[in-house]
Amino acid sequence: MSDALSNQLLVVTVLAYLAAMIAYAAEFAFGNRGAVARAATRSRERELVGAGGPVLPDTPVVIESAPSGGRAALFGRFAVALTVVGYAAHLGTIVTRGLAANRVPWGNMYEFVLAVCFVGATAWLVLLARRPMVRPLGMFVTLALIVMLFVDAVRLYTAAGPLMPALNSYWLKIHVTAAVTASGVLLVGFVAAALTLIRMGYDDGKRWFPCSLGNRLPAAATLERLTFRVHAFAFPIWTFAIICGAIWAREAWTQYWSWDPKETWSFISWVIYAGYLHARATPSVKKTVATWIAVLGWATMMINLFAINLVVTGMHSYAGVK
Amino acid sequence: MSTVEAPPADRVDSGAPLPRGHGLGPWLVALARRAWRQLTSMRTALVLLFLLAVAAIPGSLLPQRNTKIEDVNQYLRTHGELGRTLDRFYLFDVFSSPWFSAIYLLLFVSLVGCLVPRLRDHVRALLRQPPDGPSRLDRMPAYVGGTGGDPEQFAALLRKRRFRVAVRGTTVSAEKGYLKESGNLLFHFALLAMLIGVAISSWYGWHGSRNIVAGRDGEICNTVPQYDDYGLGARVGPGDLPPFCVRLDRFEATYAPNGQPTAFRAHVHYSQGSSGTESPAEVQVNHPLRISGAGVYLLGHGYAPVIRYTDRFGKSQTSVQPFLNNDENLTGTGAAAFPDANIDPATGKQDPNDQIGFQGVYLPTMSSTDMTRGASLHPEERNPRLLLVAYKGNLGMDAGIPRSVYTLDESRIASGRLAKVAESKALRPGESLTLPDGSKVEFVGTRAFVTVTVRHDPGEMIVLGAAVFLLAGLLLSLWGKRRRIWLRVNGDRVDVGGLPRTDYPGFAAEFDEIVQAARKEGILR
Repeated sequence: MSDALSNQLLVVTVLAYLAAMIAYAAEFAFGNRGAVARAATRSRERELVGAGGPVLPDTPVVIESAPSGGRAALFGRFAVALTVVGYAAHLGTIVTRGLAANRVPWGNMYEFVLAVCFVGATAWLVLLARRPMVRPLGMFVTLALIVMLFVDAVRLYTAAGPLMPALNSYWLKIHVTAAVTASGVLLVGFVAAALTLIRMGYDDGKRWFPCSLGNRLPAAATLERLTFRVHAFAFPIWTFAIICGAIWAREAWTQYWSWDPKETWSFISWVIYAGYLHARATPSVKKTVATWIAVLGWATMMINLFAINLVVTGMHSYAGVK
Repeated sequence: MSTVEAPPADRVDSGAPLPRGHGLGPWLVALARRAWRQLTSMRTALVLLFLLAVAAIPGSLLPQRNTKIEDVNQYLRTHGELGRTLDRFYLFDVFSSPWFSAIYLLLFVSLVGCLVPRLRDHVRALLRQPPDGPSRLDRMPAYVGGTGGDPEQFAALLRKRRFRVAVRGTTVSAEKGYLKESGNLLFHFALLAMLIGVAISSWYGWHGSRNIVAGRDGEICNTVPQYDDYGLGARVGPGDLPPFCVRLDRFEATYAPNGQPTAFRAHVHYSQGSSGTESPAEVQVNHPLRISGAGVYLLGHGYAPVIRYTDRFGKSQTSVQPFLNNDENLTGTGAAAFPDANIDPATGKQDPNDQIGFQGVYLPTMSSTDMTRGASLHPEERNPRLLLVAYKGNLGMDAGIPRSVYTLDESRIASGRLAKVAESKALRPGESLTLPDGSKVEFVGTRAFVTVTVRHDPGEMIVLGAAVFLLAGLLLSLWGKRRRIWLRVNGDRVDVGGLPRTDYPGFAAEFDEIVQAARKEGILR
């Protein structure tokens, strides 16, 4: 089996996400403001004033149903359907790739990015199922997916082939799966963090792009909490991925940690995300600052994925991109 | 430095003003206390955390001595003054540099300074009863008022839900979710344990690397002089290496049609201690051989051409040296030195300028159409050719200075003390080249060699254990939820209040559920 089918499915995937993005954008543009901003009115912030007592979390924003009614909602539902179509094609791309190569389909950088985007799409759909309210944000999620997949297909494509001996280990399945999962969830975390900052900027009276999009976004507190929860979910997975990598490194490269460039940058990302979680838990640090740290964390993930794979050579140089 | 609530240190961030006019002693104490508070504050910890991340960046961009010493030397050669300046600031040894160490040691001191009081507080919290509620329960974020109410019954209800409960007269105080802080402390103490494991690794660990040529004569033993490259921990002496020997019998590599390798297998024999009993084993990438607490790792492979030189007196000597790989198709470059060549059998003396050496390039698969192409087309030996250049003169190997076996002394070639006397065409196995003095060099064939690293790391299990606890602590601290619930009977009136002490969006639902259960049992009306 060749990888032609997989490549065709990737085209279908990107086109479906593109169509979905347009539909999400239509909902975002035509939607009545109330549907999206309803969260803002529901979100109450209360603080317990006491002797050094903890700052109370905002009362949860309970979202029972999707924004309803009208042309906008129709676009929204259409967008979700297109996302699901893209998602199915995305799954097909990965599965047929695995069949073509006759191994787990994350053995080089092209396949890694493909899988990270798949996890990102999964995280988005799970979020959508649990909080239909966030639907219009799909525009930003699909945008991120399209950009990543486009770069992947155009710049990183590698024909399906066997694994090199160093990668031929069951740790490939564990370590890389964990890294892919964490990266995919962190991608959604980044989108949430970016939207939080846009909304916070809007609330501060900034009206230029992209803060001008803020009036159609959920309340800053809701987005900020979402950002935290996504990161709190992803951070232990990322930690697990690094630990598994260390165990594998001990089997393959003689020692559990050797400050290989990719190791170094995964450490940097870990430290930055740890900094985010600490900053957010510290009352004296502003939420804006904490959220910026999360964005910085994603920047280090991107540097690790692109700059380190393609420019710097190290022991992780399995990208296979010529 | 911790993730939940405001650590005590954060509240005393600014510190007390320094006293004046009370002598140097108290002033110093106050200064030290203030510095300590600064260091253990969350703000400082966050700054140190970011410094750590930033400090790691040069280590990923510049070659580092611990992994790529050759690249470092190359960089120093090509960059001159810039290279020396970077070296002065430890930029080729970032992760063992004083400034990097200073950052993480300060971070860990800050961590300890924060953890110790928190551990004390947490142990106290675990030992004491849940605290009494505030006087106005209706000010709590979750509140329900009603009538009725039997404190003991409500306490039983909460105990069933695994709350820790104290009944003081008509007030019930309950708390749950202590595991969150336990996990938080576990995570941070695991970080300390990890640092200890890393320290033990660097003090008591050792490693050595060597190319092993297949065959009995290629056997290596675990002693420092046998390694091409080695590193001993600060507390390890050359005599501490356990005695064992490893011999390569056969090396197997399989390739995909495009030349990409799919599997490497080294069949070896090893013996431990002084017993001399040999055991067979197979070493593969990802499957090291464990002997005497050390791992033997297969990290590379290549070809060692067998070169036989017959000098002008008819005496033959053979050299089998690994040719180091230039590329993934295993184009190899190396040397063969014959310092004992041309000893006159009549006198037993040698003209020191009569020594012979060869530099060569080996191509396991030479292009059959483009003979000028100096690189192999495939890692397998499909069209093997050896190109040799012969040098005559003093090889400079008698001076007792350790020299590379992979090349002749370039400075002697440059200065003319080693003169080029002949250059071969591409030799097939079995072909030979006759030198101007009538002596002859033959390319007999090749033997495989493997690059192995032997490493002993006594800290790795501590690090692994710490990593497991770290992850467990992380999960508990991120997903644990600390909350308090109170019930107070005041004559006819009953107040129930709840307080989530950490970020816990589901608290309202849990509180409602408890209230419903209390209503069902008639505790609350």
